[in-house]
Amino acid sequence: MKKILLIIKREFITRVRKPSFLIMTILGPLLIAGGGMLAIYLGMQDSTDHHVLVIDRNQVIASKLNNTDKIDFFVDHAAWSDSVFQESPYTVMVRFTDEITDPTAEIYYKDLPNMTVQRTITNELEKAMELAKLQQEGVDEQAYRRVRKQLITRWMDIDNTGVESLEQERAGIGFFFGYFMFIFIFLYGVQVMRGVMEEKQSRIVEVLISSVKPFQLMMGKIVGIALVGFTQFILWIVITTLLVSVGSAVLMKDRLDPKELAEMPMTPQVQKQIGAELASVATDGEPKLLKAFRMIDLPMTLGAFILYFIGGYLLYSSLLAAVGAAVDSEAETQQFMLPVTIPMVLALIIAQIAVYNPTSPAVMWCSFIPFTSPVVMMVRVAMGNAPLWQLALSILLLVGMFIFTTWVAGRIYRTGILMYGKKVTWKEMGKWLFYKG
Amino acid sequence: MLQLEGIVKRYGDHTALDGVTMEVPPGKVFGLLGPNGAGKTTLIRIITRITGPDAGRVLMDGHPMGPDDVARMGYLPEERGLYKKMKVGEQAVYLARLKGIPKDEAVKRIKEWFVRWEMEAWWNKKVEELSKGMAQKVQFITTVLHGPRLIILDEPFSGFDPINAELIRTEILRLRNEGVTVMLSTHSMASVEEMCDNIGLIDKARLMLHGNVKEIRRQYATDTYRIEYSGSRVALANALSFTGELLDTQGNDDHGTARVRMGKGSTLNDVLRQLIPAVSIHGVQEEIPRMHDIFIRVVSEKRPETVTEGMTE
Repeated sequence: MKKILLIIKREFITRVRKPSFLIMTILGPLLIAGGGMLAIYLGMQDSTDHHVLVIDRNQVIASKLNNTDKIDFFVDHAAWSDSVFQESPYTVMVRFTDEITDPTAEIYYKDLPNMTVQRTITNELEKAMELAKLQQEGVDEQAYRRVRKQLITRWMDIDNTGVESLEQERAGIGFFFGYFMFIFIFLYGVQVMRGVMEEKQSRIVEVLISSVKPFQLMMGKIVGIALVGFTQFILWIVITTLLVSVGSAVLMKDRLDPKELAEMPMTPQVQKQIGAELASVATDGEPKLLKAFRMIDLPMTLGAFILYFIGGYLLYSSLLAAVGAAVDSEAETQQFMLPVTIPMVLALIIAQIAVYNPTSPAVMWCSFIPFTSPVVMMVRVAMGNAPLWQLALSILLLVGMFIFTTWVAGRIYRTGILMYGKKVTWKEMGKWLFYKG
Repeated sequence: MLQLEGIVKRYGDHTALDGVTMEVPPGKVFGLLGPNGAGKTTLIRIITRITGPDAGRVLMDGHPMGPDDVARMGYLPEERGLYKKMKVGEQAVYLARLKGIPKDEAVKRIKEWFVRWEMEAWWNKKVEELSKGMAQKVQFITTVLHGPRLIILDEPFSGFDPINAELIRTEILRLRNEGVTVMLSTHSMASVEEMCDNIGLIDKARLMLHGNVKEIRRQYATDTYRIEYSGSRVALANALSFTGELLDTQGNDDHGTARVRMGKGSTLNDVLRQLIPAVSIHGVQEEIPRMHDIFIRVVSEKRPETVTEGMTE
């Protein structure tokens, strides 16, 4: 036990002291926070003014198109040739091909306007068309407004009456947890593999093996690297939080108080800018995602997250350690990496299905299969549709499986690290499992 | 000290060791010899418990070897390696602590070695900055640092320049004089003659030769003597005709050295009795075969056109 601690300590310290660790620790949050800030900054950046010329030859656009801060509309009844438009100060030209029966418009631009501008122009045109049609059909606008009321739906779970379930949003949050978990598992699992290969290639492993058991060496490495990961992760959270709060304070000054922004019921305009999906407003005006987050059984979800994280990491990193032990060079890793990465990718795909179709048989099965259960079950837990016994069974299976894979990996590792200059086949590796220790 | 009884090790269809039985006496230097691929490294790995035998036993002082015995063993593998990115001192301390030496004690002992071998300046260098020979010296230190009773060195001299090889040789003999048992594998037959008290020669997974070096060499002696003489070569040849066989002569007509193999039933005395009247004798020395020749004889004799698959070597 003391030896395993020594190994863990070495793995941890040598990695944390590397310049690359420092760089990644600082760069990671800068990229995350910087990317986020950049997006907000660009979103807030005033885009160029647009002068939109609408060619309305049949004079159907009855009402005036509403100008916004950045978009002015001008209507002309005469046709404009392309070259004349080119010379004109207008930036966008709209040409209807058929206004009423089958409304189609061709929109020409000099520089492609951004998505928001495109959407605003389309919306304005639609509204104007609508009014034109109402007049043509002789429908009273007020009556039409009364008829055309949007149906607001609220999906309620009968087992949990009185509360809107927001299952999909919750599932989305669960998926985010799972996705993050797998990225992390993969990144650090590969580090384990590299570490094992380094020991094998530098041939130090034989010296180590005469002082410690191969299994101790493997587990020491796996745990040590996990600790490096957790350290980096925690530093990232701290630094990112710091950067974001400082950054937003600087950016938002004079514009919007970040607290206000967070609490402000979002107007449709803001909604469109941030992305309709994310900010889609629940019936009481609170952003759905925030509400969904509050509805999640947080202790349960976090507990499951930690368990699945540790289990999944041990499962995959032990397999990757075995891969590292079996091969002689980086190039040879490919063929053995594939069977490890395919289940990971599959798990992410199934988890995505789970967000929209949580009761499908594939999702049920994959939330028990240890290779996919960490992500898939995370989605179900966040959604709140995983009974406790299913969760327990799934975790139990995962524990059983990682005990099995670490055993298998330990055996492959034990033989593989001392085997040089031989191209390893699957059959060969199978034999290693049964060599006498 | 160390006894091997009927050790068998197979890797699939390949038999790496086929019933090897031998003994390593305590406080001596034991040479493990054999051509490449003979199974030396496999045998060493079995002794160090890196891998287990398919049959047979390894006994240490009469009892089956256990993990505690391995802890009191020092092993320098043939394939040398250290963590390239780790600092020399730190790495030596780490390896010593894995052997169970407390940190302070490890630092103290390593510093002593570094002073003795004048390599204090390496302490904070990374291994990748060292030359191959320097790294090997570091590794030798880590092998013997924990005061093992049995030291196993796989090819300890390969990669060293003559000066450093001599340094290692001196250390090995010093350790032996302190009562440590040393087992080393080497291809340098000169070192075997110089250092080893006993040897075991493995070829094609079997033990071919085993015992005291001097006795083995005597055993392989071919009853050949080098006789330094002056006088007529023809007279010498004639005088030998009944008792011995003249293999070759060196020198000029009236002074030279003759290699003479004793004839059946003749002793050196018989031969000399015949020679003394014919020529004057200046010196006589028995030709004891070199380990080099014995090695080649043993290995090539019992080895028809073979290509051994290099499984572990």
